[in-house]
Amino acid sequence: MYKIVNAKELTANIYLFEVEAKRVAKSCMPGQFVIVRMDEDSERIPLTISDYNRETGTVTIVVQTIGAGTYQMKSLKAGDAFRDFVGPLGQPSEFVYEKPEDLKKESIIFVAGGLGTAPVYPQVKWLHENGVDVDVIIGAKTKDLLIYEEEMKAVAKNVYVTTDDGSYGRSGMVTKTLEDLVKEEGKTYDKCVAIGPMIMMKFVCLTTKNLNIPTIVSMNPIMVDGTGMCGACRLTVGGEVKFACVDGPEFDGHLVDFDQAMKRQQMYKTEEGRALLKYQEGDTHHGGCGECGGDK
Amino acid sequence: MDVLQKIPVREQDPKERAHNFAEVCLGYNEEEAKNEAVRCINCKNAQCIQGCPVAINIPGFIEQVKEGNVEKAYEIISESSALPAVCGRVCPQESQCEGKCIRGIKGDPISIGKLERFVADWAREKGIKPQGAKESKGKKVAVIGSGPAGLTCAGDLARMGYDVTIFEALHEAGGVLVYGIPEFRLPKDDVVKKEIENVKSLGVKIETDVVIGKSTTIDELMEEEGFDAVFIGSGAGLPKFMGIPGEQANGVFSANEYLTRSNLMKAFKEDSNTPIMRAKKVAVVGGGNVAMDAARTALRLGAEVHIVYRRSEEELPARVEEVHHAKEEGIIFDLLTNPVEILADENGWVKGIRCIKMELGEPDASGRRRPVEVPGSEFEIEVDCVIMSLGTSPNPLISSTTEGLEVNKWQCIVADEEKGKTTKEGVYAGGDAVTGAATVILAMGAGKAAAAGIHEYLSKK
Repeated sequence: MYKIVNAKELTANIYLFEVEAKRVAKSCMPGQFVIVRMDEDSERIPLTISDYNRETGTVTIVVQTIGAGTYQMKSLKAGDAFRDFVGPLGQPSEFVYEKPEDLKKESIIFVAGGLGTAPVYPQVKWLHENGVDVDVIIGAKTKDLLIYEEEMKAVAKNVYVTTDDGSYGRSGMVTKTLEDLVKEEGKTYDKCVAIGPMIMMKFVCLTTKNLNIPTIVSMNPIMVDGTGMCGACRLTVGGEVKFACVDGPEFDGHLVDFDQAMKRQQMYKTEEGRALLKYQEGDTHHGGCGECGGDK
Repeated sequence: MDVLQKIPVREQDPKERAHNFAEVCLGYNEEEAKNEAVRCINCKNAQCIQGCPVAINIPGFIEQVKEGNVEKAYEIISESSALPAVCGRVCPQESQCEGKCIRGIKGDPISIGKLERFVADWAREKGIKPQGAKESKGKKVAVIGSGPAGLTCAGDLARMGYDVTIFEALHEAGGVLVYGIPEFRLPKDDVVKKEIENVKSLGVKIETDVVIGKSTTIDELMEEEGFDAVFIGSGAGLPKFMGIPGEQANGVFSANEYLTRSNLMKAFKEDSNTPIMRAKKVAVVGGGNVAMDAARTALRLGAEVHIVYRRSEEELPARVEEVHHAKEEGIIFDLLTNPVEILADENGWVKGIRCIKMELGEPDASGRRRPVEVPGSEFEIEVDCVIMSLGTSPNPLISSTTEGLEVNKWQCIVADEEKGKTTKEGVYAGGDAVTGAATVILAMGAGKAAAAGIHEYLSKK
């Protein structure tokens, strides 16, 4: 069992859990992920690491409680435990292998969307601790859904917040802010790291292709084991088949076949929706899931 | 009773079992077991023992079954095998112990596997556990992977008095026994879990959720955690795909994924939290035991299932019994057929598979006649799901993170067959991680050999 030492709701349906996981905390690096299971019968859910503390042996994850598997996590409090917490999985971000003095010469922009802001944080923090300061764009649908703003400001050079509805910070999508920074505000970037929903990463990549900025994305496809065993997470990168769990999760965004990846993301959508419906309705469930026949 | 004929084993009716996940083979009862045991002529120079990769004293335990001393029979088997209830079910006995049985020359060989299963099941029902070591050797051994190789190696070492910890990457111990082989061939709660508990009762500790090469490394285990020796039994878990167009379409799965969802994650149960595609018509590509398992799982989940295999029935690598069971249940075999493309609809979902007819040409390197395409014979099969079962290869996670551990060009760890010794001092390996995908019992044999090798190494140290 993996004890939760801190649990809080960051915003509607987004929860943070700091979990005791000594082996993971000892060896994890920015860019890697873990797989968690809440209890004996739960799904294996892959989640990117949002922070870690080698001294206390804890790892932080941020979860959006939207599927049947994650929905149940709403009830978890400090003192509760996850049944399983395995990792670190996947490859660390490439920059951890580069020399800080080389990184300092580069101008890097991170583009974070929604929940993707959480896994951007440990990368920016690692760079900051190694003397590399970077810019960050954080995008959220609306002001209430914004996460990690203060934490990010503490470790980034500049943080540009934008909301789709203009309720806070700049107005519009992250791609607009990125274009404005480069085209209107005289910024130049040598590298971009984009983490967020696949559709956002796709459009960031279209933008950075035009702006000629090499771009890394963090892919979050469907997975089962997370160690290269099942191939559910396979995607096409530069015409080659890659497994996100062992070859990634970070890839050259300009080479990723996003349209295919997004189609594959839909694989179990109906099944998941049904499972969630059944779970939410509990004893009052009497149909609509397509399986129980209660509405026939 | 005709001594040339074996006592038939009871099985679930094919029509019924095609719709459930309960075990197909029901096993012998005590009377049937005794009647079968009586057929054994207790050869002085028992060929069956030589056919057994873990060298169980087969005539010895059968003699005890004959006498009605089932507990004694269990003790004899336990001296050589930590997983008799598993082996009695999944070993290819026809090519091992039973293949060598003298009775088999004129009639049916003794049903050694079914007798082993009877003894193991009897002991489990009576709550009898194998005996652990009396004295501790005061030395620590790490075993990586809790599949058949790891469990056997750990069990043997624990019996010798070593302090053994198994590290398992998944959340449950058992390796291929829990993620690969389906419930209807190998019940998980009643058989696999219980045999793993038996291994634990010998003093073996199991730490799940540890991915060696990620969570920690072999070097760290030896240098920081004080393990004196390591056995790598991490299996061959990487799936192969064909590399044909359309393979990334929705509804194309590796057999590993499909079976892991159903077996490990229990997606075959209606109330499971892990989804599995409930397809209408499935093509399983491949002809091995894993292909049969995937096909029979899909059938039980309600699909019409076709096995698509490029050679003929004679070359099917699956056990005869598995092919026989699959046919009985209604699996359709499209032999001498090879897929060339998977067809998808506009939303990216599988709608069919384009195949080409094959014919057998000259024998190839494996000695089997090489399948060659029949020009112009392409045709389409309408399916909504394709399961690729083309074999697996070892995961490079461990070899790539362990200094001094040599692998061959197939990523298999280089280890000597006799003792499992690798190119790194104190590190031994065996099972599919060394040989590439093979059988449960061969992995167990390798685990056993490596346990002896580790004992020899640590005794000198």
